[in-house]
Amino acid sequence: MRHIISLLVENEFGVLARIAGLFSGRGFNIESLCVAESLDPTISIMTIVTSGNEQVLEQILKQLNKLVNVIKVVDFKDMDYVTREMVLVKVNATERTREEILRMTEIFRGTVVDVSQRTYTVMITGDESKIKAFLNLLRPLGIKELVRTGPIAIPRGDKIMKTREKGGEGNGEDVL
Amino acid sequence: MKLTGAKIFVESLKREGVDTIFCYPGGAILNIVDALYGESSIRQILVRHEQGAVHAADGYARASGKVGVVLVTSGPGATNTVTGVATAYMDSVPIVVFTGQVPTALIGNDAFQEADIVGITRPCTKHNFLVKDVRDLARVIKQAFYIAKSGRPGPVLVDIPKDVTQDVCEFFYPEGVNLRGYRPTYKGHVGQIRKAVRLICSSRRPVLYTGGGVISSEASHELLRLAEMLTIPVTNTLMGLGGFPGDHPLFLGMLGMHGTYAANMAVSTADLIIAVGARFDDRVTGKVDEFAPYAKIIHIDIDPTSISKNVRVDVPIVGHAREVLRKVIESIEEEWVSFSGFKEGIKEWLEEVQRWKREYPLTYIRDGTLKPQFVIERIFELTRGEAIIATEVGQNQMWTAQFYRFLKPRTILTSGGLGTMGYGFPAAIGAQVAFPDSLVIDIAGDGSIQMNIQELATAVNYSLPVKVVILNNCHLGMVRQWQELFYGKRYALTRIDGCPDFVKLAEAYGAEGLRIEKEEEVEAVLKKAFATKRPTFIDVRVNPFECVYPMVPAGASLREMILL
Repeated sequence: MRHIISLLVENEFGVLARIAGLFSGRGFNIESLCVAESLDPTISIMTIVTSGNEQVLEQILKQLNKLVNVIKVVDFKDMDYVTREMVLVKVNATERTREEILRMTEIFRGTVVDVSQRTYTVMITGDESKIKAFLNLLRPLGIKELVRTGPIAIPRGDKIMKTREKGGEGNGEDVL
Repeated sequence: MKLTGAKIFVESLKREGVDTIFCYPGGAILNIVDALYGESSIRQILVRHEQGAVHAADGYARASGKVGVVLVTSGPGATNTVTGVATAYMDSVPIVVFTGQVPTALIGNDAFQEADIVGITRPCTKHNFLVKDVRDLARVIKQAFYIAKSGRPGPVLVDIPKDVTQDVCEFFYPEGVNLRGYRPTYKGHVGQIRKAVRLICSSRRPVLYTGGGVISSEASHELLRLAEMLTIPVTNTLMGLGGFPGDHPLFLGMLGMHGTYAANMAVSTADLIIAVGARFDDRVTGKVDEFAPYAKIIHIDIDPTSISKNVRVDVPIVGHAREVLRKVIESIEEEWVSFSGFKEGIKEWLEEVQRWKREYPLTYIRDGTLKPQFVIERIFELTRGEAIIATEVGQNQMWTAQFYRFLKPRTILTSGGLGTMGYGFPAAIGAQVAFPDSLVIDIAGDGSIQMNIQELATAVNYSLPVKVVILNNCHLGMVRQWQELFYGKRYALTRIDGCPDFVKLAEAYGAEGLRIEKEEEVEAVLKKAFATKRPTFIDVRVNPFECVYPMVPAGASLREMILL
């Protein structure tokens, strides 16, 4: 099963290595990972797409939560959310196919961002199904190269991810 | 007050109440070593190998409950600590390891004695830090100690580049720590505790299965109270030994691969397992699908990742074992009326458990040869359970767990999770530093003792009267046992010829060397050893073909024990 997880992490060096190391060391999958600074410059948000059964997912969430540099783990499983991914695709553009590429790009509200004599580079954003549909239509025309950001996600409505930090009552001096 | 990084280091350690550090110097930490010169409030123990320093700090921490502290240099000094750090990580031992690093300007340049120790130890520390600015040093040290000892304890490594120890800044030691990403949970969820108490109340075949969490949270008093008020039998993991008195009628002994018949049968037929500070390790569960098939499970642990990792749990309770047990006890007392028939209801179960204990006790065959179990039994009798016992790893460790009855917490120092040969001797040294007047004994094998034998010089150097009982069977015994049972007696690479004469070796170091070859000599020689104030090696020539029983073969269920 595929899952999207977002992590609010300290914007420090080494944090990405900790998270990547946790996944590889414990045999968890990372299908994609997208990370950049958030509204608060001391915090980065990572969006990770992972896969595994319920038990594996539970372990992934708990293990991530255990990392000292991870401020919050958001599991989108039971949440209404918006997800988008960006793709840059370089496709063969011959006299015969140019028109069709442009037409499809327009239908999918993409943009041609670079042109050469033999290729078009198209940028498209959308959720997984839209991107899949677009690439399926383009494939017969000859895709030369494809670069994807991997999805990012945000909760729908008024909800935000940075609502509450980690629970527990340890606050510095509370060592029993 | 402006101070150098090196002085800040020393002052910070004092604020943390550190009285002892285990060190090995080198170029990158010369400034710190210099700042420690003549510093009488912090005892500095110079070891002979950095791995020994970490195990010693670990033994110091396990025996005393305080945080163990290590100081070593960069590069090889740092990489030599890795096994020790991983050992402490697997067994949740609070230590802080300070490593020197090359100057910040040289980091990443493959400089002399440079190693990315933060990268190397990331998966085997609870957390680690590289201090890039002297202004962060005091705060990082404060955080390091806090992280090491709070929540589920563990090792923290702090890497300090040489220029940071030279640089100067205003010294200010923070009062508290505010880590927004680290908030351990101590208090158990009230609703979950209530559920647990109801489950206990309705059980007819309950068993308490308790581990190292009882020791580190100092919950043994509460455990005893809970077990006695309801007459629930108790089994310990290797890490949990001493958490419940080993001579108590409700005690079943250790469970798992080399557990007692009674303990393994009890968990296999129980209808309720109350797990406290234990993590259902594969050496405990055997074949996990067949573990405790009839039991509901209550799991109390401070680390949420330990819960439902290997075994599905019915009532998880995240919290500090002592705090949660107190609440459980309180709530049982409040509902004492509903427990009125409890003891009567589990009477049959207790009789069954006692019958297993009676009919299948731990035993060995007395055939005139010198048996290692006999030696350990005599050590227990002579020390009356008052000694601090370290072990190495392998047969010596399992026989100690079986035949030395641990009566009190923090009296067994053993590498349970990682299974590090060479752990016991330096750990015993660390414990002896913490308790100079206690009898500290390392029960070793002839293989394991040679993995950190250089620390004998440390013991002699500081007059630490550690006793090392070498159960010398001329083999890597546990591996040999597996070869005997599962590899058609093809003893590949397990016969270790060329052992030194341990008596002469001890004498060469300036320690005492003794030898035991026959049963009749055991008591007199042990008495002599325990009476001396010098570090002592006792070379005990035991029967080389003795095996540890019972044994659950790897991958088998707990009921499939090979008995003697």
